[in-house]
Amino acid sequence: MNDSSTTAPPWWQRPLTELLTAYPLLKMQLADFGIEPPPDGSVTLAAYMAQLPSDHFEHVGIGPEQLLHHIDRLLHPPVRHSPLKVECLTVIGGRNKTGEPENCELTLHPGSITSIVGPTGSGKSRLLADIEWMAQGDTPTGRRILINGAAPDPELRFALEHKLVAQLSQNMNFVMDLAAGDFIRMHAESRQIDSETIVDDIILQANRLAGESFSATTPVTALSGGQSRALMIADTAFLSASPVVLIDEVENAGIDRKKALQLLVRQEKIVLMATHDPILALMAEQRLIIRNGGIASILATSQEERDHLAELEAIDARVQQLRNQLRRGERVIPVQ
Amino acid sequence: MKLITVSGPPSSGKTSVLANVIRVLHGEGRQVGVVKFDCLATDDDERYAALDVPVRVGLSGNLCPDHYFVSNIDDCVRWGVGEGFDLLISESAGLCNRCSPHIRGVLAICVIDNLMGINTPKKVGPMLKMADIVVITKGDIVSQAEREVFAFKVRQANSKARILHVNGITGQGAYELTTLLNDAADVPTLEGGALRFTLPAALCSYCLGETRIGDDFQEGNIRKIKV
Repeated sequence: MNDSSTTAPPWWQRPLTELLTAYPLLKMQLADFGIEPPPDGSVTLAAYMAQLPSDHFEHVGIGPEQLLHHIDRLLHPPVRHSPLKVECLTVIGGRNKTGEPENCELTLHPGSITSIVGPTGSGKSRLLADIEWMAQGDTPTGRRILINGAAPDPELRFALEHKLVAQLSQNMNFVMDLAAGDFIRMHAESRQIDSETIVDDIILQANRLAGESFSATTPVTALSGGQSRALMIADTAFLSASPVVLIDEVENAGIDRKKALQLLVRQEKIVLMATHDPILALMAEQRLIIRNGGIASILATSQEERDHLAELEAIDARVQQLRNQLRRGERVIPVQ
Repeated sequence: MKLITVSGPPSSGKTSVLANVIRVLHGEGRQVGVVKFDCLATDDDERYAALDVPVRVGLSGNLCPDHYFVSNIDDCVRWGVGEGFDLLISESAGLCNRCSPHIRGVLAICVIDNLMGINTPKKVGPMLKMADIVVITKGDIVSQAEREVFAFKVRQANSKARILHVNGITGQGAYELTTLLNDAADVPTLEGGALRFTLPAALCSYCLGETRIGDDFQEGNIRKIKV
């Protein structure tokens, strides 16, 4: 303990009351190591830790000096870079599984939708992994990822607050047993975002996507499949730090898919969507054809395809209407 | 020979993550050996053997698994050096959460999964808090929000480690994890080495086979709840 004072950062000698006000997370961080602040807040953290039972640190499994440095790193994260604002993301092609060059350069902008098509095992996950890892020719595909036209700082790979890709898929579930409002609040707190209006905003948006509405007091584990997906999408749109959102097969989710995509686009996400649903695929401006581990081609959605979209949407609306008849307990009447 | 220690709560996905890592290492032509520490039984040696990885199994039985680990790891290093491996991986389950399997100067990985609940990271001791790399698994089955909150909680428990998401089933992230293993130090021997933190203490009458309950039978390192 004593020799640690030589290497201790200055805040250690400030009164606890002052520290707890300056660093709102400190109370939780100390509690995680079994340290409850004393009633007398004028004592310094150093003095307080010095009078804890000598075996306290053995029990919690960390030395006092290690704890001090841990908390110091949390309170003063190294400032490596300013917040990453992604204006554009570029994928410079590498090679496919058999070593043939991809010969492509793909630039994605916030608010755009790109669909990804290709059979299972064709390399969709690898493409996403390359983006997430900000590959610099150092992955099996040899692809390079540029952020705002330049190779990003390699340390960004490990900065949790700068994770590039958020994912949404059919297999995902809520595993926490919390009410929807508390769940959103907890996510907001972990991102250190003021949570007063965000809870209402997200629930409102999620209800616009889901067929049946839920409230802030509904436990997330009690949500239907469609409501869960709607909450996940709204939460990701507003609270996820990641500028890229990958959506994996949302077709049977029972939500308004068009509104869901519009919500993500409005929040300036770069949307990538692995899907073989024609309506979703045609909502995208372009689609990547993945084959044999590589981007085989990039197809811009043509005017002719867009003309089909209206027809497909009419069919989809009709099916949705039948679904609603069922939900309301009515007879299913398949008239035109 | 490089050495890495991999630990994590039971069923967190250690073997699945390592299987994916080993496939990448084999692809690069590297010789890998594994020592699997477990308590009563394990089938993981068969999973490693199926990957053509030489494997040794240590079952701690009625001994504290951590104490068993530390009294055997040096012998395992000797085995690995003798076999001419490029890399030896020690895999051990952390059972009481106060375990402390990481060694100074040896790359330490902790594997923990998203399903354990957000309060788990703070409940896990030196195994997580003193790891160099924390691998989070099972991210494909929980929501994005929970992944972000869980990673935040891991950061609150270990402010220094590199935190990676690896999918043990598809292998997504395993390649990236493998690149970090190049940082592992060469360890010719562990003779004279030291653990990063003390192991859970022991040595009471129950360590020595006592089964009877009551004050008369409690001797040695005993601590009482304030009830």
